[in-house]
Amino acid sequence: MGTIIEFRNITKRFGPVVAVDDVSLTINEGEFFALLGPSGCGKTTLLRMLAGFELPTRGQIFIDGKDISRAPPNRRPVNMVFQSYAVFPHLSVLKNIEYGLRMDGVPAAERRARAEAALSLVQLEGYGERMPDQLSGGQRQRVALARAVVKRPRVLLLDEPLSALDAKLREELRFEMSALQDKLGITFVMVTHDQDEALVLATRCAVMNKGSLMQVATPADLYEFPASRLVADFIGSVNLFAGNVRSEEANHAIIDLPELGISAWLDHGTGTSETVQLWLALRPEKVELMKRGTTDRPPVMEGTPPGYNVAAGTILDIAYLGSESVYDIRLDGPETGKEGKRIRVIRPNLTRWDQEDFTWDEPVWIGWHAEAAHILQQ
Amino acid sequence: MANELDWHRNKSGFAALLGPPLGWFLLFFAVPMAVVWAYSFGTNSGIADIEISGTFANYARALEPLYLGILGKSLAFAALATLICLIVAFPVALAISFAPPQLKTWLLIGVMLPFWTNLLIRTYALIAILRDEGLLNMALTSAFGWAGVGPLAIMNSNMAVMIGLVYVHLPFMVLPLYAALDRLDRSLIEAALDLGAGHVRAIFTIVVPLAVPGILSGLLLTFIPVLGSYLAPDLLGGPDSQMIANVIERQFKRANDWPFGAALAFLLMYLTLFGIAAQAMMQRKRPVD
Repeated sequence: MGTIIEFRNITKRFGPVVAVDDVSLTINEGEFFALLGPSGCGKTTLLRMLAGFELPTRGQIFIDGKDISRAPPNRRPVNMVFQSYAVFPHLSVLKNIEYGLRMDGVPAAERRARAEAALSLVQLEGYGERMPDQLSGGQRQRVALARAVVKRPRVLLLDEPLSALDAKLREELRFEMSALQDKLGITFVMVTHDQDEALVLATRCAVMNKGSLMQVATPADLYEFPASRLVADFIGSVNLFAGNVRSEEANHAIIDLPELGISAWLDHGTGTSETVQLWLALRPEKVELMKRGTTDRPPVMEGTPPGYNVAAGTILDIAYLGSESVYDIRLDGPETGKEGKRIRVIRPNLTRWDQEDFTWDEPVWIGWHAEAAHILQQ
Repeated sequence: MANELDWHRNKSGFAALLGPPLGWFLLFFAVPMAVVWAYSFGTNSGIADIEISGTFANYARALEPLYLGILGKSLAFAALATLICLIVAFPVALAISFAPPQLKTWLLIGVMLPFWTNLLIRTYALIAILRDEGLLNMALTSAFGWAGVGPLAIMNSNMAVMIGLVYVHLPFMVLPLYAALDRLDRSLIEAALDLGAGHVRAIFTIVVPLAVPGILSGLLLTFIPVLGSYLAPDLLGGPDSQMIANVIERQFKRANDWPFGAALAFLLMYLTLFGIAAQAMMQRKRPVD
């Protein structure tokens, strides 16, 4: 599992626009690596520089230790699946897949055999004589995939590979792509703006914004330990509360949250001083919802560990999504009579009838465990 | 009443809009064509009188070896000029379609600019360049005169006619090619490069096949006006450079044989219509993409 790709201080300018700004990144052999970010963040430019369609303004790109920064596209051990699939409309499915082998001068018999094998790899046996306009979107995507992997590249590049498909098909193909990568053992580098796609498919992700890398980590680390508010907000949804440290002990810290009018327990130290601006990040599914009734006294629940945090609020809205429900709650806040912060809570619908039956405008308690929150400094 | 403008309710009202252009078309195109067509079946019965006798003698004469030879040569000239236009125009159209957007407009204007200049003036300008003491020969002798490269006798030859035909008709080829190439999905070319093709192979295996509809309409759009060219052979050519249009012109003017001229003109017309029909049939046979 050595390094296969290395970007070294890559900068790309288009006139006055800096599309990629001094990015250094290594990708390991066999990884399914995702470049994730909003549109215009530079992820596609980075991929196109890897394919050879753009040349870096500054910096170098290495594949297998060889500097390929300025090599033409046809001299690189990479192949690409295009966003539009770019299946040649005047060639049959089989001829499309054979195209790359024909360019490499592979003899006709071997060409045919390898193309047929690639066709069955993407489960399109018997479609070889079809023309692209006789295929569905999903089938065209498979042809593009087969056409790229038939050349046995060192790295397969995927530019928003599933974005043109409908939701159901997209989900199906996600699992197929994962299986395909396992089977081939080729390093995959994918560009996507769809965080779900990145989380499901990738073994490691780089989150980009405005041409720079924000964080490079596994999907689980990106979700549970985001490095910044930007990453936390881009991957999934998050509740953010500004605050600062009130007291810090060896094994826990207490954070003042003026927007909520409470101090929260954290199960670890922050390593910062009281004057540093912090943000408490709380994922919606890690917040619990409890009945409040008419009392204003926080509930003392049996088995509640020390450091359980509670705040009062009112349900503003409920979105029923089948498998779960999303609650939009307005917290009471520090000053009575003034509108407080809003928080989003997700509860799985574990039974067919909600026993507690939360409803609109109902006063509730929200609560979270000391280890549920994550502290961000930027 | 607003309803008067509603074409769902007032179909005949809108149909009336067709009237004036249809009348114009009938009066100034269909009627003259019909007259000339009738002439082609007539005989001269005086200096200025033509009797429509229903004879096929004019067509029989038009199919004599002398005229068939000129027609054949015109077809060959037109075919060669069209082919040269294709070879010259393809790289030009490709370059324009890949140019940055601001430059694209200027390049297209550059291609069309000669269109806005009178054909006669353009042809005379070519004479100034091609004649024995012309610009081309002046440049040639001053650059390579020491090596014995003397003035070339291009004027009044088939070569001069060919240069003229290609020059005049190049835009007819560039524009449809450009339209076809500009529509081409760029990622198809990138895919070809990505799959191991060099630029030249990508052009011949992907760009050219996908530009076939544009190439066909360019060929047709160029071939038809070249076949009927009159000025280039008349002004640039020698005695053996006559094309069919020059012969037709002579019948109407100097020979004063309108019936025969009409037969020749309609022979050319039948050929052209046949070509267009064949192209349309071929287009219909190709699968829609």
